[in-house]
Amino acid sequence: MTYFGYVKNDFKFKHIVNYVIVGAALILFTVLQLVGAIPRSTSYLLTQISYSIILSVSLNLVVGFLGELSLGHAGFMCAGAYIGCYFGGILSEYIGSKLLVLIISMLIGGIVAAVFGLIVGLPALRLKGDYLAIVTLAFGEIVRNLCKNVPWFGKSLGLSTKTYGVKLFIVGFAVILIMLILLQNLIRSKHGRAITAIRDNEIAARAMGINVTYYKLFVFVFSAFFAGVAGVLYGNYATPVLYSFFSYNYSIEILVMVVLGGMGNITGSIISATLITIANFILTTKLSGDLAAIKNLVYALILMVVVIFNNAPALQSFKEKFSFAALNDRLMEKKRAKNPEKFAADIRNDSAQWSRIPTKISMDEILSTDVVSNEGIRDEGDKPSAK
Amino acid sequence: MSYMLETNNLGISFGGLKAVQDVNLKIEKNCLYGLIGPNGAGKTTLFNMLTGVYKPTTGSFSLDGENLTGLSQETINHKGIARTFQNIRLFNNMSVIRNVLVGLHNQPDFKCNPFVSMIHAKRHYENESNMRNRAKELLRIFDLEEERNNLACNLPYGKQRKLEIARALATNPKLLLLDEPAAGMNPQETAELMDTIRFIRDEFDLTVLLIEHDMSLVSGICDEITVLNFGTVLDHGSTRSVLANPEVIKAYLGD
Ligand SMILES: Nc1ncnc2c1ncn2[C@@H]1O[C@H](COP(=O)(O)OP(=O)(O)OP(=O)(O)O)[C@@H](O)[C@H]1O
Ligand SMILES: [Mg+2]
Repeated sequence: MTYFGYVKNDFKFKHIVNYVIVGAALILFTVLQLVGAIPRSTSYLLTQISYSIILSVSLNLVVGFLGELSLGHAGFMCAGAYIGCYFGGILSEYIGSKLLVLIISMLIGGIVAAVFGLIVGLPALRLKGDYLAIVTLAFGEIVRNLCKNVPWFGKSLGLSTKTYGVKLFIVGFAVILIMLILLQNLIRSKHGRAITAIRDNEIAARAMGINVTYYKLFVFVFSAFFAGVAGVLYGNYATPVLYSFFSYNYSIEILVMVVLGGMGNITGSIISATLITIANFILTTKLSGDLAAIKNLVYALILMVVVIFNNAPALQSFKEKFSFAALNDRLMEKKRAKNPEKFAADIRNDSAQWSRIPTKISMDEILSTDVVSNEGIRDEGDKPSAK
Repeated sequence: MSYMLETNNLGISFGGLKAVQDVNLKIEKNCLYGLIGPNGAGKTTLFNMLTGVYKPTTGSFSLDGENLTGLSQETINHKGIARTFQNIRLFNNMSVIRNVLVGLHNQPDFKCNPFVSMIHAKRHYENESNMRNRAKELLRIFDLEEERNNLACNLPYGKQRKLEIARALATNPKLLLLDEPAAGMNPQETAELMDTIRFIRDEFDLTVLLIEHDMSLVSGICDEITVLNFGTVLDHGSTRSVLANPEVIKAYLGD
């Protein structure tokens, strides 16, 4: 079969829904920007949205698809921001094109963050759930405190960077698009299958010969790379890059975006990152002066309400009826009714379910150590049955 | 000639508890070998050692002459031992065919590095369609082809057991370990399963080691058996002679 034949055979609207959303936003806002219809503050908001989306989608790969809880995402971003922008500053003296400098520094920031991802990935091989969360949280704090104390990075005054200007969001959205293509293709391949197999049942995955070490490291590195890129984008938007921005609060905010959007749901991550960033932006601009103090309160309230509504049983059935997946199913149902032979059995792709499933992160799994732990053996293989 | 599986004084203790001791198995190629014994005898623990879940504290084992003691689960699988689990461990949130596709992951025909997959190059698509065809063939053997797009957790119990075998077969093993494959099946399903096990042994040139409590299955298909009791070998040999041994009967029925 030709390459195009394969692509056509495999095509489903739900596979490209994210490209369409982001692509449309990219084109629309770029055009508006070029005709000068976007006020400065909106373009800054768009920049914030772009790096938030990169952060939440890349974290979703770790939390949603691999099923490991990581609270150090801001740490990767921090490493990328400081080091990428530091080299960006040096490069800008030799290279005229701002865009080229930005691209090179994004690559540098991404690679540095990826190395950090490898370092954090190593404990991830031994630790699980809450324990890993604590290690990654500590890692994030270590990174930002290191950056604070490196003399070239301006110490506690922060690293002053050259900002890119109002067109930065265009680059940001382009990065999102590239990331989405790589990430979704990865997930819809044998490697993605291996990653979700590890999440579903790590013991069985090992027994099937899946190299769990390799995939865990791979996912951590991949996701850290894009966190680093997001960091460089941030550094080109805000100056100075200040270590205090990358506190664990920010890691948690990214996690909130992922959880709200749905574990393993990329479209959800995009939407919730956008909405949370907008909410934050509005609160920050509207509640200034004396009111600034209640910003966090309002923000927390909004989050609570959203979380409660998001999990409300009434809404659950609503979502099941009107989600993209459901729409797609119904469409297929109609097509099948019209032309039963052609759409006989193979219609429901086996990857249909991955975006609708819960992850393995749950306290009771961590607490249920009913197998006697012994010399590092923990809940592996078959538990002795109590007959 | 070397045996397909050979264990030398294989044993493991958990703290003070000697769960398995001094097990010496010699299983010839293409043999259907049974492992029986009362509850808690250490059968599953032996499987866990053979698949690298537990590291043996004493002794060693080798597959087809190659010593595999102490290797990781993944490596042991690559070397040719695949297993099923007593308490079924399917990928529950995945479809039936996807479970088998995960089993096919490491097959040399389907190698494809992640960067090729990330750009969905032609190799990726070819790979996927080849894998899918192979998976369907495997499912057909177990009569699961029709259900291939259902979630694994929605299958009835007997079919879940079959799917686990199909998934293990997908890794192209030399030695297949089945932990109570007939548990929870009715007599008719058990009879079918016996035929299937014989069929895959011949078709895939396998050696099969199976744990089973169902004596009709054991005496029906096993060429040889070993009886474990309190972690040690009570008797071994041809199925008929072992099952006639009064000590074996005593161990099963109690005094
Ligand atoms: N990780 C472990 N830590 C401590 N003891 C263990 C561990 N795994 C197994 N055991 C013990 O080893 C013994 C053998 O258990 P095993 O599960 O192998 O029995 P079995 O022969 O498979 O029994 P069944 O027929 O019920 O499946 C039991 O006494 C069990 O408690
Ligand atoms: Mg057992």
